[in-house]
Amino acid sequence: MKNDIILLGHGSGGKLSHQLLDELIIPTLSQVARSEQNDAAVLEGIESKRIAFTTDSYVVDPIIFPGGNIGDLAINGTVNDLAMSGARPLAISVGLILEEGLLLEELREILEAMKLAADKAQVKIVTGDTKVVPRGKGDKIFINTSGIGVFDHDLKPVGSAAQPGDKVLINGSIGDHGMAVLASREGLELQSEIETDSAPLNAIVARLLEEHGAAIHVLRDPTRGGVATTLKEIALQSQVDICLAEEALPVNDAVAGACAILGLDPMFVANEGKLLVIVAADVADAALVTMQACEFGEQATMIGEVTEVSAGRVMMRTAIGGLRAIEMLAGEQLPRIC
Amino acid sequence: MKYGSEYRDPELAKALVAAIARDVEGFAGQMTLMEVCGTHTMSIYQHGIRSLLPAQVRLISGPGCPVCVTPIGYVDQAVAYARRPDTIITTFGDMIRVPGSTSNLQREKAQGADIRIVYSPLDALGIAEKNPDKSVVFLGVGFETTAPTVAGSLIEAEKRGLSNYYVLCAHKTMPTPMAALASDPELKVDGYICPAHVSAVIGSNAYQALVDDYAVPCVVTGFEPVDMLRGIQLLVRQVVAGEAKLECEYSRIVKPEGNRTAQAILERVFEPCDADWRGVGPIPASGLQLRAAYQKFNALSALPVEVEEPKEHEGCLCGEILKGKIGPKDCPLFRKACTPEYPVGACMVSSEGTCAAEYKYGNV
Repeated sequence: MKNDIILLGHGSGGKLSHQLLDELIIPTLSQVARSEQNDAAVLEGIESKRIAFTTDSYVVDPIIFPGGNIGDLAINGTVNDLAMSGARPLAISVGLILEEGLLLEELREILEAMKLAADKAQVKIVTGDTKVVPRGKGDKIFINTSGIGVFDHDLKPVGSAAQPGDKVLINGSIGDHGMAVLASREGLELQSEIETDSAPLNAIVARLLEEHGAAIHVLRDPTRGGVATTLKEIALQSQVDICLAEEALPVNDAVAGACAILGLDPMFVANEGKLLVIVAADVADAALVTMQACEFGEQATMIGEVTEVSAGRVMMRTAIGGLRAIEMLAGEQLPRIC
Repeated sequence: MKYGSEYRDPELAKALVAAIARDVEGFAGQMTLMEVCGTHTMSIYQHGIRSLLPAQVRLISGPGCPVCVTPIGYVDQAVAYARRPDTIITTFGDMIRVPGSTSNLQREKAQGADIRIVYSPLDALGIAEKNPDKSVVFLGVGFETTAPTVAGSLIEAEKRGLSNYYVLCAHKTMPTPMAALASDPELKVDGYICPAHVSAVIGSNAYQALVDDYAVPCVVTGFEPVDMLRGIQLLVRQVVAGEAKLECEYSRIVKPEGNRTAQAILERVFEPCDADWRGVGPIPASGLQLRAAYQKFNALSALPVEVEEPKEHEGCLCGEILKGKIGPKDCPLFRKACTPEYPVGACMVSSEGTCAAEYKYGNV
């Protein structure tokens, strides 16, 4: 009988482990020849004086959802974290924790998505590890990715750099990822066409920094906690007020509808392919044009501005002219969305 | 964001704001309008409606969030069921973090209890069907909006011959507490923004007695900003003119007689009972209990458990807030000991709770 599931033996370090690595994982992810496999990857030719280093773990449930799966999510997430520091993502590690019983076919689909995402972001998967836990001790698959990025410039976009007068830009609609995952969850029969927005953002960031340099004050990807939480973090770090215009916020109709049904606010729903750019007012329009010319930036738009030095408030001018505060997401709006 | 619906039209809303300001011109006193619906509470905050109203118009929140008005003893009961062997608790998500006397469901779940969030009691029924060797308890909390779906699940459970599905029933009904608050001498409610979804079930006529007996203006209205502002305008005009009548701004959804089908399902499964409202206290005939024919589904009688003595948290003013006597900012625990991460009272937990809304949107 042909085996089609992950067995405990696949994590034993013995023959089954080697089979899994040689027949599925390595050929799919990196194609490093057996003769070149060592205990650590060695990255050569790095001239950058600064290196960006980040790590993130992915435990999303379900592992496959409309528009993507946990694999491309894990690559894009780490690529984007590197990119937000201004770095050019160079190399990524992949740690897989597999639950006994996981379908090999699902693992293959996930690995293939990882490879595609890595190629798209022009980053190499250079090292990895695989463990298997007994059934019931994990949830199908958990993935950890760490990444290293290098700098081709001296720019330092950081959360504390927002200044009064700056404009707030975003590259597209908000809340897509969180709602795509939620809508595909068992027990919630929301017939929707919402797809995750999971995407690499390093190309947009590279163009923005190349064309507008130090005028790009802050770069952040609003993942867990959504746009609201990320902007509140920036407002606190920079000690400024940020004011958004509700009418300017891009929300897909399907996302707005699903949020209304479930009593959620898209401002707090996770994104996996969005970036917030806080930019000096005089180059804001040009920065928008730059973003719109990039893949994943076509829908870029201005959503608000930094108004004044303060204790760090985020406010929204509602469509009907009212004013409301925006705080960080408290507790969980949705469980396990990345 | 697109506004396909005329009920979200910013221009229309701005015109209404201006009209309300004209309507209260020359009105010397202050009027207090109370909404009794968690979704209205959220809508007022989300659209920043308070910031648009003239100084003479004050909006306060009443006992309209079903999770918030559920007494702490109910959470203790749910916790006791969560600890019962071979028992699965099924519940709407909001109940998970509501603090009980010494624990809550989130904590019990982390310690191994089988607690599942569902979006409909029919999902709970499905879980019961898949787990015939377990007792499945659904936490029946809510007003006339959710009670018919629970009633429907019991009718369906009977049809399918399920003997492991139970409801821990704490359903409550409108508009009885509104009458209780209207007669409270400490609280001067000048007009009620009547609930929207609840009214779709019970019908706008349900508030006529309130208008007749207490001479308090009542307007049924929807959730969209234009609905809210129209409803507020109708109330403001009544108060200024010294009138008290029943008006329905939401007639596209709410009929005078309500939804007869839903009412019939409620009537078949439930009967009125006295109920304890957190903050307000016991109110006669303001709750729903299972009729004799459905008692076999009553968790309380079918699955007896020992429950700890209920103990309210010291300093928690949820009760006063639910009555509209004070606002969240008047509670000494607000934003200090009581936050959405570590809520002390239910008003901070539920996404429709007044304190949660104030915390999330009110810091302007």
